[in-house]
Amino acid sequence: MADAKEMKKALFGPILDNNPIALQVLGICSALAITTKLETALVMSLALTSVVAFSNLFISLIRHQIPSSVRIIIQMTIIASLVIVVDQILKAYSYEISKQLSVFVGLIITNCIVMGRAEAYAMKSPPLMSFLDGIGNGLGYSFILIVIGTIKELFGFGTILGFEILPLVQNGGWYQGNGLLILPFSSFFLIAGMIWFIRTIRPEQVEPKE
Amino acid sequence: MSAKKESLGKTVGIVVAVCLVCSIVVSGAAVGLRSIQETNAALDKKSNILAAAGLYEMGMSGSQIESTYSENVEQRYVDLETGEFTQAPTPDYDMYKAAKQANWSTKVEGSNVGFQRRANVASVWLVKDGNDVNRIILPVHGSGLWDLMYGFLAVDADGETIAELVYYQQKETPGLGGEVQNPSWQAKWEGKKLYEDGDVAIRVKKSANPDDPYAVDGLSGATLTSNGVENTIRYWVGENGFGPFLKKQAWRS
Repeated sequence: MADAKEMKKALFGPILDNNPIALQVLGICSALAITTKLETALVMSLALTSVVAFSNLFISLIRHQIPSSVRIIIQMTIIASLVIVVDQILKAYSYEISKQLSVFVGLIITNCIVMGRAEAYAMKSPPLMSFLDGIGNGLGYSFILIVIGTIKELFGFGTILGFEILPLVQNGGWYQGNGLLILPFSSFFLIAGMIWFIRTIRPEQVEPKE
Repeated sequence: MSAKKESLGKTVGIVVAVCLVCSIVVSGAAVGLRSIQETNAALDKKSNILAAAGLYEMGMSGSQIESTYSENVEQRYVDLETGEFTQAPTPDYDMYKAAKQANWSTKVEGSNVGFQRRANVASVWLVKDGNDVNRIILPVHGSGLWDLMYGFLAVDADGETIAELVYYQQKETPGLGGEVQNPSWQAKWEGKKLYEDGDVAIRVKKSANPDDPYAVDGLSGATLTSNGVENTIRYWVGENGFGPFLKKQAWRS
């Protein structure tokens, strides 16, 4: 049985020390696209975290049964099923947000974080640790999305979760919204900035010069 | 152990078992949640109709939307060729599905509105205050820059003054063409006239004079989307669209 220290590492390690977006640079496609508003970023984080956690759990449970010749297909089947279930739940209980996330929930299937964790961790670790690893990586992804979503919504629209923080010129305030931050590609700069920041406070993440 | 795990029978068995379990889970979720999803989709449509009717307020709950809708809005069907009210061709008639079937639809000619066929019978929604119709909501759609944009055009009871233009589904560039959903741009449509001496006169153009009753200022940085909106509106209020219906003013009788 894994001890508490190891569990803590699986759970919180991926937030700063081994962040899936910032260190492994995985899953940035959705991070670029759906961070325009904090609310969608939160729901996307929740969706992805639950998919990684449960796909890790189920794959780990049957890892001794999966023949290695078809393991990727089996992982994909499990992940795809979970994503469809999440998508259906969102459509039923959070219709507005599911409309905004549109295709990106479906694209969790091809999110490299989910596949990467299933292949690299869940295939060789016990269920509980795999589940925690999934939650941990989901949290790492969420951390980046929430930071970027906050920056983009605050400086792009002057709001946070729809509440007005910086009153916009259009609505009679003083703040001129930054149009660049509303567009998806501004996340490139923000994610790059975060990678820079994280590597400055954790210099051991910097790759050696070739 | 490991040799046995790789055998053909075992592999097939595992694949079938995983697929079976996954398909049961997926279909279970799809069937179990369908009724809630359909309610949501219907409610979303109603809230957009209420927005076009000018009756929608931020933060209305589901039941408020339902009750406001059933008190004030009546759905009718219009034969676009004659402009007269008609019966719904089928109980759950959908004009966008009908447009895909040759015997329910007519080919679009002489317009760059961006779709090939339009349904012969269209849905309209009459907004009533007591017995008087005070707005007519017409469904409109046409291509923008990236894809078809769907919206509702609300017209006053005189059949020529625009009350509201609400887009509810579009895939235009956020911040540029996506501004078709911006309330401050939508507000520019209010009070504009569709026809001048019986001809379609409404235009979307650059730096239009706000006092010009036939022109709406285009979206800056989104010329193609603005053109798409103009084509859409001009097609749908023209003689191939709701033109005959708006001229006959069938809602008055």
